[in-house]
Amino acid sequence: MFDRLSTRLQDAFAKLRSKGRLSEDDVKEALREIRRALLDADVHHTVAKELTERIREQAVGQEILQSLTAAQQVVKIVNDELVAVMGGEQAKLGRSAKPPTVILMAGTQGAGKTTASAKLARYLTETEHRRVLLVAADVYRPAAIQQLEILGAQIGVSVFSQGTDVAPPEIVGHALDEARRGGYDTVIVDTAGRLHVDEALMVELEQIQAVSTPEEILLVVDAMTGQDAVNVAESFHKRFPLTGVILTKMDSDTRGGAALTVRHITGCPVKFIGTGEKMDALEPFYPDRLASRILGMGDVLTLIERAQATIDEDEARNLEAKLRRNEFTLEDFLTQLRQVKKLGPLDQILGMLPGMGKLKQLQGDAVDDRQLKKVEAIILSMTRQERLQPELVMKSSSRRVRIASGSGTQVRDVNQLLKQFDDMRKLFKQFSGMGKGSRKAMSGLANSLRSGGGGAAFPSAGGRNKRRR
Amino acid sequence: MGLFDRFKETLSKTRQTFTSRLGAALRRRKIDEDVYEELEDALLSADVGLETTTRLLEAVQKEARRQRLETADQLTPLLREAVVSELGEDACAFALDDGLTVILVVGVNGAGKTTTIGKLAHRFRGQGKKVLVAAGDTFRAAAIEQLQVWADRAGVDVVRQSQGSDPAAVIYDALQAAKARGVQVLLCDTAGRLQNKAHLMAELEKLKRVIAREVPGAPHEVLLVLDATTGQNALSQAQLFRDSAEVTGIALTKLDSTAKGGFVIAIRHELGIPVKWVATGETIEDLQPFSAQEYAQALFADV
Ligand SMILES: Nc1nc2c(ncn2[C@@H]2O[C@H](COP(=O)(O)OP(=O)(O)OP(=O)(O)O)[C@@H](O)[C@H]2O)c(=O)[nH]1
Ligand SMILES: Nc1nc2c(ncn2[C@@H]2O[C@H](COP(=O)(O)OP(=O)(O)OP(=O)(O)O)[C@@H](O)[C@H]2O)c(=O)[nH]1
Ligand SMILES: [Mg+2]
Ligand SMILES: [Mg+2]
Repeated sequence: MFDRLSTRLQDAFAKLRSKGRLSEDDVKEALREIRRALLDADVHHTVAKELTERIREQAVGQEILQSLTAAQQVVKIVNDELVAVMGGEQAKLGRSAKPPTVILMAGTQGAGKTTASAKLARYLTETEHRRVLLVAADVYRPAAIQQLEILGAQIGVSVFSQGTDVAPPEIVGHALDEARRGGYDTVIVDTAGRLHVDEALMVELEQIQAVSTPEEILLVVDAMTGQDAVNVAESFHKRFPLTGVILTKMDSDTRGGAALTVRHITGCPVKFIGTGEKMDALEPFYPDRLASRILGMGDVLTLIERAQATIDEDEARNLEAKLRRNEFTLEDFLTQLRQVKKLGPLDQILGMLPGMGKLKQLQGDAVDDRQLKKVEAIILSMTRQERLQPELVMKSSSRRVRIASGSGTQVRDVNQLLKQFDDMRKLFKQFSGMGKGSRKAMSGLANSLRSGGGGAAFPSAGGRNKRRR
Repeated sequence: MGLFDRFKETLSKTRQTFTSRLGAALRRRKIDEDVYEELEDALLSADVGLETTTRLLEAVQKEARRQRLETADQLTPLLREAVVSELGEDACAFALDDGLTVILVVGVNGAGKTTTIGKLAHRFRGQGKKVLVAAGDTFRAAAIEQLQVWADRAGVDVVRQSQGSDPAAVIYDALQAAKARGVQVLLCDTAGRLQNKAHLMAELEKLKRVIAREVPGAPHEVLLVLDATTGQNALSQAQLFRDSAEVTGIALTKLDSTAKGGFVIAIRHELGIPVKWVATGETIEDLQPFSAQEYAQALFADV
């Protein structure tokens, strides 16, 4: 559907290089591609403009364009900017000093508030063992109350409702009494969808806020939102002390640029993303992943899907169990690499990875299966014990010298491999904490590939960037 | 880092631009690069998308040169015309004859399908038609109850089963009921589905097949409901829903927001799917047949 930014950039830069000399005009073409990618991703147009302007300055100034990996570098600059804007780590949900903690859900029609309220209730019940009371404060949308009641029943969380004849601020007041009586420590208030230009409903939400003094006011935003996200974010932000954002429908094929706008305007972190209609489809948010998504860097999803189809489910589960127990060894690493090989010809896989699309052509045959052979050779030159306990090799330079000579490689290759293995292991660990099932393991695989972990097989691929902080 | 520091500033400036600079003062402004850039911003803000924006502005620029236009205010009518001509003749509503017209309503989650069905039912009934609705969303919690409320408001009957039942079975029942009762318009609700979920799109194909088998030539209309606040993803929605369900028209909802749904221009241009209805609110009356003229007017209301 969308061309990949990195590929398009590489084309643009390839053209530039063949000319040998760069003019401002040449740079323009590359910048146009970046701007197009950002706009296609629904990044706000003023941001797209600003960002390309900034890159123009950097690109011309730092002789980026002279370099072989110009495209990767430019993508990296944009990526880093995006990650910086999206903010660092995922923020937790607060608890008020005096229970019950109130979480108020707000947003426009159909964004996913009711669904997110229930998902959140389930999440807090299961992971933080909170006692949650859901409150049906949408008296306008037909069957909104039933919708929440059905979801509540599904997840085993109580729902407080008073029909459609009581005013929402009153309902919320009564719900708080009920929560105190019933020993609930957390109250999640589902509100009606409202347009930011609907003065009456905005006032109503202020009244709800006044009676409930929420600890969290979460703005629920559909990830597919376009340029109008700026107006929504601004209006809600102006009137309410928002504390976070829930980005829904991230399971769509949207690039999600609106998130950038919302994050920036409200200054609030995205606390969760919705990734499906079912109650367990709520995930923590990783800024770097959104950045790659906006840029269309690498068709990582395709790769994940391919991986799912190719890679043995049992093996994946087995691997994940190992990861969780922190037993991931170099032997497993090798298995992983061989799995990757099974996905298809390396150059095809590389095409799906960010920044690697055109590399093969640029650097002749540098990137091919021989790289993989090299890694195999290194690992096979280790003793079994070393493979199972990579720390042995990491700690001993004499072992590394031996392995290098045994595999016909340089010590530097061995070091690089170990480092990449270590990075990969860390990544996997992060991932395995996230959820269950092989889907997660596979996205772990794809992500480690993406951030260069699997780059062990292609050490010359370049453009490796440290992302996770 | 300051990258986005100027963001808000630029934003409010952009807005002033439309109303003030491009407004009254526009009359005296000479046409220059800046004017085109501002028009570009206006189009991009409306989710027209870069490609379409560029195409529109090139056409305008060419025409402006040909007509030797000099002041900026002369450009807006040109742009409006360009939009109208891209959007084509008003595809106007649905052609209803005396027989049974089956309308399948599809779209992503939360776009406004069920609400739009309520509004359509009301409208057709107002035209004296015998209307029936089918509760084909058996998945989402309280979707059936929601449709029931709308049907009650419109004063039409619902064919429904319980949550979790097979949507194809519900639609089948509804088709039989429609034939038996001499219904003229059957509106079929479906569960919201994201266009990138192959299994859900396949389910839609199956629904279509069931309908075609029971009523030759049906569904007569496959209405894709698009939320005007959506961005460029709407193109992907239109394309993939067209591929699976042969969409015949679009209902553009939530135009009472500040969004404009400018992606419909690209959808018409690239996929040939016309907008048939626009929805502007949550009451049963808030639905109108689409008019390209009015839409273009609204698109540049601030310009
Ligand atoms: N695929 C997908 N669908 C979602 C997600 N979150 C919500 N939905 C669906 O989006 C639609 C709207 O969700 P609701 O929770 O009813 O939205 P709402 O904001 O409460 O809507 P109003 O109360 O009408 O304003 C439903 O069909 C949900 O199943 C998500 O993360 N992924
Ligand atoms: N402001 C406004 N809200 C609308 C409009 N059309 C629908 N809505 C609201 O949008 C929300 C979702 O509408 P639904 O009709 O439930 O959407 P749907 O596509 O059937 O949703 P799912 O069945 O969950 O996929 C509801 O709160 C509607 O009241 C409109 O034109 N303007
Ligand atoms: Mg709701
Ligand atoms: Mg519906």
